[in-house]
Amino acid sequence: MIIAERKPLEEIAAMAAPYEKVCVVGCDTCVAVCMAGGRKEAEETAALLRIHREKNNIGGVVESFSIERQCEYEMIEEHMEKMKGYDLVISVACGVGVQTVVDYEPSLKVVPGLNTTSFGYPVEQGVWKENCLGCGNCVLHLTMGICPITRCAKSILNGPCGGSADGKCEISKDVECAWQLIHDRLASFGRVGDLAEIQPPKDWSVSHHGGPRTSVREDVRIDRGE
Amino acid sequence: MIAGSKLERAINSGEFVVTGELGPPKGADIEEMKHHAEGMRNHVEAYNITDNQTAIVRTSSIACGATLVQMGLEPIIQIVVRDRNRICIQSDVLGAHALGVKNTLCLAGDHQKFGNEPQSKGVYDIDSMQLIKGLKDMRDEKKFMGGDEVEGDISYFLGAVENPFADPFEYRVDRLEKKIEAGASFIQTQCIFDLDRFERWMELVRERGLHKRCAILGGVTPMKSLGAARYMKNNVSGITIPDALVDRLKGAEKKKEEGLKIAIETIERLKEIEGVAGVHIMAIAWEEVVPEIVERAGLYPRPKF
Repeated sequence: MIIAERKPLEEIAAMAAPYEKVCVVGCDTCVAVCMAGGRKEAEETAALLRIHREKNNIGGVVESFSIERQCEYEMIEEHMEKMKGYDLVISVACGVGVQTVVDYEPSLKVVPGLNTTSFGYPVEQGVWKENCLGCGNCVLHLTMGICPITRCAKSILNGPCGGSADGKCEISKDVECAWQLIHDRLASFGRVGDLAEIQPPKDWSVSHHGGPRTSVREDVRIDRGE
Repeated sequence: MIAGSKLERAINSGEFVVTGELGPPKGADIEEMKHHAEGMRNHVEAYNITDNQTAIVRTSSIACGATLVQMGLEPIIQIVVRDRNRICIQSDVLGAHALGVKNTLCLAGDHQKFGNEPQSKGVYDIDSMQLIKGLKDMRDEKKFMGGDEVEGDISYFLGAVENPFADPFEYRVDRLEKKIEAGASFIQTQCIFDLDRFERWMELVRERGLHKRCAILGGVTPMKSLGAARYMKNNVSGITIPDALVDRLKGAEKKKEEGLKIAIETIERLKEIEGVAGVHIMAIAWEEVVPEIVERAGLYPRPKF
């Protein structure tokens, strides 16, 4: 799922300050699971903004509601009339949600209330870990299901580098060395020898480095007869 | 002979080789670096020129390397994959060759978070293994990484680094072999303080005959002070210093002399280890001491290569 964190309140408040009627719009999918931008967090953010504005003598109203998925036109559509009633929409969806709303209704003023950080999963309550970069050419079959593109700080394909110590990455003792994990998992399956093969340079053209990507599936497109 | 560099000739001679290291300055005035280079002229075969080491912005390794060539000295330019993609790396290697640089050392580079531009975007388009293989193919197959043909002749002596002190230990010899397969003709190791571990690593290297397939130069760094030792132990990626060594320095009255003694003793032991082809002295911020180390370690005068 997509992981995000709320922007600092001061930053959100500054974006909202010039506007009279403000609405914080949540998204009940990924960002609700990572407790950053669901209905509850949208309400909380609105409440905090109201207090902040009151303290700073800024008038107007701050309300909130949420959309099941801000990244789908069908679900945005249901709430569009309501959103048009505000001077500013603070979307606490991920960056995809913010842009889908803007794409759907360009007349709306929409700002982000979250910083979208990564694709990952909840390891435990309150801890979310990044494990995919969406590089466009998955190598997990070579690396025992542990992604070196995401989890190695240098995205090495022939690791581990010389900075691996005690199972940790050189960047932080809190970060596991992905290549130590890959090595250990290969060893447990008797496959360390796999590492002898030199993996060639990665094709980054299918990642974001090739430019923004659009996936097209002609077989499932609907012919609207236009 | 591949590139005919002095370093290659020295290695091929079978003599115990000595290389030094110079760190370019955080500015464009390279006079001090040239002074240090001059100071080691008769004591080392070649000089590593670091490439923005510890991710700190410095004058480029190739510019400094070219300056050494003008001085009649031999640079080993370091190339890290942190700051440049494959287009820029290959272009820079061609440029270095055009300027007379004959030795290239391939590294990953310390992560950008350690340096003075921690907000920079790390490139890591290729990794150090792919860099070695790519540069070997550029030289031997006349092919760029993308498959296009390299025009005209190009030749350089290719090296890589290995850290016997990183983990997992048992993989470190596999990794050395992989670097040799990729095209490394010589290897410089991370600074050796834990000689016991280094000797265990060399045993594994000899078991596979890897020392006969590439020249292994042991990395030696003299510790200038207790603070420097502690700093390296705690803050420099990939370096381990046994507590006993730190205690020895701590107990010594003259820290600098003790630091020198430790470095010289390390070289003496390295000379005795079968398969160690030489020593790479990294006297970081203490370059002027290199001649003394070389002399006291019994490695002077240097043979003519």
